[in-house]
Amino acid sequence: MEAPLLSVSELHKQFDETPILKGVSLDVEKGDLVSIIGPSGCGKSTFLRCMNFLEVPDAGRISIAGVTIDCRGLEDSPPKDLEIKAHELRQRVGMVFQQFNLFPHMTILENVMLAPTVSKKLTRDEARASGEKLLEKVGLEAFADRYPSMMSGGQQQRAGIARALAMNPQVMLYDEPTSALDPELVAEVLSVMKQLDAEGMTQIVVTHEMRFARDASDYIVFMEGGHIVEISDEDEIFENPKDERTRRFLGRFQ
Amino acid sequence: MIAEFGMRSAECYEPGAGGERGEVSMNAEFGVRNAEYHEPFAGVVAGIRGALVGIALLLSALPAVAQADEGVLRWGADTDSNAPYGFYGADNKLTGFEYEIIQAIAQEMGRKPVFVQNDWDGLIAGLGRNMYDLVICGIEITPEKAGEVLFSNPYYVTFEQFVDRKGSPPVTSLAQLSGKQIGTLDQTAALTMLEKTPGVVVRPYQEEVNAYQDVANGRIFGVLLDYPIAKYYAAPDPNLQFSGPPFGQITYGMAFAKGNTALQQEVNKALQSMIEKGTMRDILSRWGLWTPTVAGAFGQPEAPSLPDTEYKAFVASHSGQASLWTRLQRYASNWQLLLSATILTLQVSIVGMTIAIAVGFTLAIMRVFGPWPLRWFATLFIEIVRGTPLLIQLYIIFYGLPNLGVLFGQPEIGIKLPPFWAGVIGLGLNYAAYEAENYRAGLLAIPRGQMEAARALGMTHSQGLRFVVIPQSFRLVLPPVTNDFISLLKDSSLVSMVTLIDLTGAYNRIATQTFDYFGTGLLVAAIYLLIGLPFVRLARWTEERLAVDTRKPGQRPGMFALPGLAKKP
Repeated sequence: MEAPLLSVSELHKQFDETPILKGVSLDVEKGDLVSIIGPSGCGKSTFLRCMNFLEVPDAGRISIAGVTIDCRGLEDSPPKDLEIKAHELRQRVGMVFQQFNLFPHMTILENVMLAPTVSKKLTRDEARASGEKLLEKVGLEAFADRYPSMMSGGQQQRAGIARALAMNPQVMLYDEPTSALDPELVAEVLSVMKQLDAEGMTQIVVTHEMRFARDASDYIVFMEGGHIVEISDEDEIFENPKDERTRRFLGRFQ
Repeated sequence: MIAEFGMRSAECYEPGAGGERGEVSMNAEFGVRNAEYHEPFAGVVAGIRGALVGIALLLSALPAVAQADEGVLRWGADTDSNAPYGFYGADNKLTGFEYEIIQAIAQEMGRKPVFVQNDWDGLIAGLGRNMYDLVICGIEITPEKAGEVLFSNPYYVTFEQFVDRKGSPPVTSLAQLSGKQIGTLDQTAALTMLEKTPGVVVRPYQEEVNAYQDVANGRIFGVLLDYPIAKYYAAPDPNLQFSGPPFGQITYGMAFAKGNTALQQEVNKALQSMIEKGTMRDILSRWGLWTPTVAGAFGQPEAPSLPDTEYKAFVASHSGQASLWTRLQRYASNWQLLLSATILTLQVSIVGMTIAIAVGFTLAIMRVFGPWPLRWFATLFIEIVRGTPLLIQLYIIFYGLPNLGVLFGQPEIGIKLPPFWAGVIGLGLNYAAYEAENYRAGLLAIPRGQMEAARALGMTHSQGLRFVVIPQSFRLVLPPVTNDFISLLKDSSLVSMVTLIDLTGAYNRIATQTFDYFGTGLLVAAIYLLIGLPFVRLARWTEERLAVDTRKPGQRPGMFALPGLAKKP
């Protein structure tokens, strides 16, 4: 069997003496869509942010698409080394934020074109061509020259996805992508993610959208208190949760 | 305080081996202005990109260098409000009895006299900078000063004259002035005499005109000043009277840098010769200054040799209230001075602001993102520069740095900046501290998520700064930076203290020449206002252009919205 595309083992992270992640391990196969659910403060967002080193883990090993970073002994090696490796890893990982974090001083198309021109050294024409294609994919081709502030939250988040895809990532990470959206705008974002899943993109989603988690995920990861409590088939976990804590959490959504 | 600083730096000055006149190159001394002020007109800056071209243009318009060589005698003086010594007459040409004396002495020496303007407080320090070979500006020979500079033999001997309001009881001794406010000029023998008189409240003025005007207005009781000043400024005024006997005796001498005995002897010989020929008596007679005191000192007849035509002309041109039409004609006749002063003010402000922005930006990046030594250095620089007065900083740069080596026992080492560069570097570094804080606030105001998004997209930290964070802070800091530029434009008036004739320098010259403080003040204030306006417009236009991130369909550009806040539709 092929090695998993993404493999995290024994990840630890604490903020100001408070442990947030207490040894988390997860393997994700190519093409999977994985939802991570759990109560607030369970560490699911921190876990996701550690995967592309927006937070630097205290210990553990992360391996994504052939780039492996072992966080043990990091403090002994020069910070430059981590910087180089993390940079290499981020080239393979796309990220979508709860607050979109679009660049407000640029048009939607410029947002999508920036990273490829700056860090992949694409010419502006190449970046424009692929950017326009990506905007078409997320249904925003008519909005290419708009500034983010002129668009709805759902449109902004779709632009955020297009921007992340522009770097041709092998894994997409979503940090509560629909939490800042009005309910009627959630569907348009989720449908883009479903479409990507159909095309074989590997995606990890931290979410509160139980219906989406159930409908679209290949499997669901339930976290609480800095641990992964349960990994289950998407129907299984809703119908018949194995762990008492999972049952209690999901009970609130019934 | 300021004067003391200037004096002290002169005191420290020891010329290096062979510190003879003319041996130190003056090549870098452009910006020293002489009697002529012709400058080509420089283009108006349009647009931010055009600004760089504009600066190049402005710099190319700087005045040329006054070279020192054997055939030249460079004399320094403060000619603002300095009648009858050396001043700009009604036709805007340099004149005065000292002016005529130095012309005659230069002729005796077979050299060409070249005038160098400097502020009164910096005159002695200017010798240390080798800005000129000698100073002739009504400087009294005193034992204290003789320790700092070399003096020529006296070229004029006189006394202090007390002046008060017409009708005041006669003053027979200085002791009578106890408890009263008495005006005089900074750094004069009269100041020393007044300070030694118990109970006198001394009010030192920068310009004699203001002192006498305050007597007429009743702000102070009287003024004690050298007889020539009293004769020219107080005697023609019907509200004022001469009171009491001559106080003390003062002798004027030309000052040379310490060690320049060769020039001292050469000048003394020429002085003696022109006194013996009667040239001195002729000059002083025409200026109405040939008194028994000076006649006795030179051993010549008490009667003037010529009528006092120059004195009469001066009084005539300054008496009576000028009509509005006459005033407007006066302003118009000064158009060249005002134009060159306006251009200089713009040059100083634009170059100063460019330095402030570049240095301030570097400091802000150091302070926000640098490792601790850089952060520490930037913080220290900002705190020191913001915490000390700009004027003192300018004096340190202009008069202090040339004597830097004295601190290490290496007097020949020093940084001698031309006045223009001393002025713009002083202004630029001062404003850099304020700019740095503006930019720091701008950088910190950008939400953290912006840099995170850039990093997550595979950009490096510096790419994130360059393409994402800095462009957004630029719009945020534009209003405070515009504010600072307007403020710098006005603070540029301080460069008139390092010998540059900017708008404020021009105001001093025109106002003290015509006694028209109100009208000249309004005129110069209006020019400051007018040259500031285009920059305000330019900034507002740029700001509106950049406000894309807060704009909604059909909405006017917003001024107060921050990026990252206007998210929900």
